[in-house]
Amino acid sequence: MELLLDYTTLRLIWWGLLGVLLIGFALTDGFDMGVGALLPFVAKTDEERRMVINTIGATWEGNQVWFIVGGAAIFAAWPQVYAVSFSGFYLAMFLVLSALILRPVSFKYRSKRPEARWRSMWDWGLFVGSFVPALVFGVAVGNVLMGAPFRLTSDLRSFYEGSLLGLFTPFTLICGLLSVSMLVLHGAAWLSVKGEEGVVLKRARAIGTVAAVASLVLFAIGGAMVAFGDMGFRITGVVDTAGASNPLRTAVEAAPGAWMDNYGRYPWMIIAPVLGFAGAAIGLLGMWRKSAALAFGGSSASAVGIISTVGLSMFPFILPSSINAQSSLTVWNASSSHLTLFIMLIVVVVFLPFVLLYTAWVYKVLWGRSTEAELKTNPDLY
Amino acid sequence: MVDLAVVDLSRLQFALTALYHFLFVPLTLGLSFMLVIMESIYVMTRRPIWRTITRFWGTIFGINFVLGVATGLTMEFQFGMNWSYYSHYVGDIFGAPLAIEGLMAFFMEATFVGLMFFGWDKLKPHAHLFVTFLVALGTNLSALWILVANGWMQNPVGAAFNPDTMRMEVTDFMAVIFNPVAQAKFVHTVSAGYVCAAVVVLGISAFYLLKGKHRGFAKRSMTVAAAFGLLSSLSVVVLGDESGYALTDNQKMKLAALEAMWHTEEAPAGLTLIGFPSLEDRKTHAEIKIPYVLGLIATRSVDRPVEGILSLVAVAEDRIERGVVAYDALERIKANPQDMEARGQFETVRNDLGYGLLLKRYVEDPRLATPEQIKEAAWFTVPNVPVMFWAFRFMAGIGVLMIGLFGTAFVLCTLRKHDTKWFLMLAVAAIPLPWIAIEAGWILAEVGRQPWAVEGVLPTFLGASSLTVAQLWTTIVCFTLLYGVLAVVEVGLILRTIKKGPFAEQEAREAEASTEGEPAVV
Repeated sequence: MELLLDYTTLRLIWWGLLGVLLIGFALTDGFDMGVGALLPFVAKTDEERRMVINTIGATWEGNQVWFIVGGAAIFAAWPQVYAVSFSGFYLAMFLVLSALILRPVSFKYRSKRPEARWRSMWDWGLFVGSFVPALVFGVAVGNVLMGAPFRLTSDLRSFYEGSLLGLFTPFTLICGLLSVSMLVLHGAAWLSVKGEEGVVLKRARAIGTVAAVASLVLFAIGGAMVAFGDMGFRITGVVDTAGASNPLRTAVEAAPGAWMDNYGRYPWMIIAPVLGFAGAAIGLLGMWRKSAALAFGGSSASAVGIISTVGLSMFPFILPSSINAQSSLTVWNASSSHLTLFIMLIVVVVFLPFVLLYTAWVYKVLWGRSTEAELKTNPDLY
Repeated sequence: MVDLAVVDLSRLQFALTALYHFLFVPLTLGLSFMLVIMESIYVMTRRPIWRTITRFWGTIFGINFVLGVATGLTMEFQFGMNWSYYSHYVGDIFGAPLAIEGLMAFFMEATFVGLMFFGWDKLKPHAHLFVTFLVALGTNLSALWILVANGWMQNPVGAAFNPDTMRMEVTDFMAVIFNPVAQAKFVHTVSAGYVCAAVVVLGISAFYLLKGKHRGFAKRSMTVAAAFGLLSSLSVVVLGDESGYALTDNQKMKLAALEAMWHTEEAPAGLTLIGFPSLEDRKTHAEIKIPYVLGLIATRSVDRPVEGILSLVAVAEDRIERGVVAYDALERIKANPQDMEARGQFETVRNDLGYGLLLKRYVEDPRLATPEQIKEAAWFTVPNVPVMFWAFRFMAGIGVLMIGLFGTAFVLCTLRKHDTKWFLMLAVAAIPLPWIAIEAGWILAEVGRQPWAVEGVLPTFLGASSLTVAQLWTTIVCFTLLYGVLAVVEVGLILRTIKKGPFAEQEAREAEASTEGEPAVV
């Protein structure tokens, strides 16, 4: 069967869509996580906490689907990436999973009983359910940049030779903290859009300011470590961009500094890191000037820039192997079949616009700030 | 060699987390549509009692829904975490329905569920009803795509093995979607969910009537449950998924195992009502049979025989022998991708590769397997017969009881005899039954698929990740603790909601209004 798009193009599109889904996740569920991580620190009384929770109460559930769809899209379009990363980072994934299980129940169960101890327990559940995934995702991205210790057998079965603690190195911790500060900034920005003006927002802006500065500093340090540290991989042989998805047929070598190659080859890519820095700076300005639009626009741009920087620097690598370079997974050797990529693209083209439309509609219906006064009159609120 | 301890623990963890997840899903599936029915009555009549009814069952729905969502995350993660070779091997086909589920169904369900709870005052009644409907639609579409994925594991149509990528790849996507096994499973499973929700609404309403509380609320809820439950319980049994049992060797084996039918039955086959199957002597003791019935159900005819376990094992043995040939050809292709002779040979036996892989349980290289090992592997294709036999009888028995329960409820509600005490007690006692039937049905479907992860394609033991026993025990213990605590909290909150009753919110508001009003009176 002749398909409308060739295999190489489809692989590129799906690499881009992977980025779109991850960025969609960071932009939507990202502020939920930021708000959850801020909750115990910006809101002290029950009314304050309820006001904060209700800024995301009605929409976090839909936002979380970006993450679920992102996971399922990796499964469908990049099955080997899904298989190697989820099983390799087994205990880290389990940690994220446990935290993410705590989150939905904390939202729902907190308001079901009036006792202070009960509510404080679920508040910390929300904190853990937001902070832990934010940290571990960043650490995971750091490990992807460094390469993961896995090898593939001739049956393409993957064996992982690392441990949970091995995931935490100075570089990956910087990535983890960058991820936390990026999302905390985004959460603080969301509160300034949707929260009630007052002491809570004052505290949120103070922490948001710290998070913006931390984002700038950590992104710079992380970038320097990528450029000058012992990191990077390069394809050495000829690449058949439309070849069968079999990683063992690509020759790869470790090449320190190679993650900077793309910026020489395609200078336009510099836009991504620039956006990462500029966004955080604008976010910082938004915190100072108490401008919700600047804060949220800046934090969003920063997240887009930072995530794109990782993807573009590594292209065409998706998950390199640190112990057996030959096993590295790239855009050209780890995708689904031509037909599956094509069908899934049609599905995305048909359904994603609907998703965006009705999500926008729901946000419009629920538009308006969450206030402490409203808590008294609306029995539906958390 | 595969570490069988890791495989067994991975299976244990998957079974525990899936059975747990499936405690919440059926209620979500059914209650979402019951909310649509209740709210429709509200929108049509504009009587406030129906708004109260919708909101009360909505509260129960919400408490249950979050745990379904939370534990559903585990299911999606687990394929990659614990079954990574499976994910690589069939991700090209299996990943697609999961991704479509997210985009088409779960986005809809999760985006609108917030508006359903928080939009009562922000939307006009008919708009809110539409939002509730979209939640129900999303929930049920979600089940459709999950069962398309699961149906493919039971009957892997529309795909072929690609020796260059060492995995299964899609050849006909329409065949995957319109897989008859998946379609039958979908109708059967969602109907079971509807029954589950109807039993819960019926049981809690009966509890209120027994206590003499909230009578107007309870009678109306009960009437909705009786009608909805009767239709659904008929649909579960009539549209049971037995129609798919004639399709593949594994499906035939599943039917033979759940019937504990060791020898092929001449047409028309009889149905074993009860008996005691024994694995040791491969016989069923003290069986009572009803003539004709099985033949009618399984083959939809009176002239076709139903194959027994022994003859299906003989079929498996032949396929294993051809599978060894396929394995040999594949190894030669791996050594030299340009070996056209090996590729030609592989084409002739490719459908039996999975059977060859069964031997990996006994020997590293299937080509070195002894005839005894081949025989052993052939018997390994028989799922656990007593488990199948009893799971089926529990499931089907409860299914028939449910028709009786809702038939009676429907008659009583029609005659306006809502207060029939013996029936109310029965309705409360029946609350756990749908869960027993549903979990038994899940065991039947998934134990019956063994030894395969994907029927005839990939044995379960090869699908597991290369993890360690220690890693698995860590996660199993943590899952058990976390899930245990959440189950206690959930049941506690549902009981609390029932105790507070449907008018708690209204009473609280009135109490507040009367205290505020007091000084004026004085």
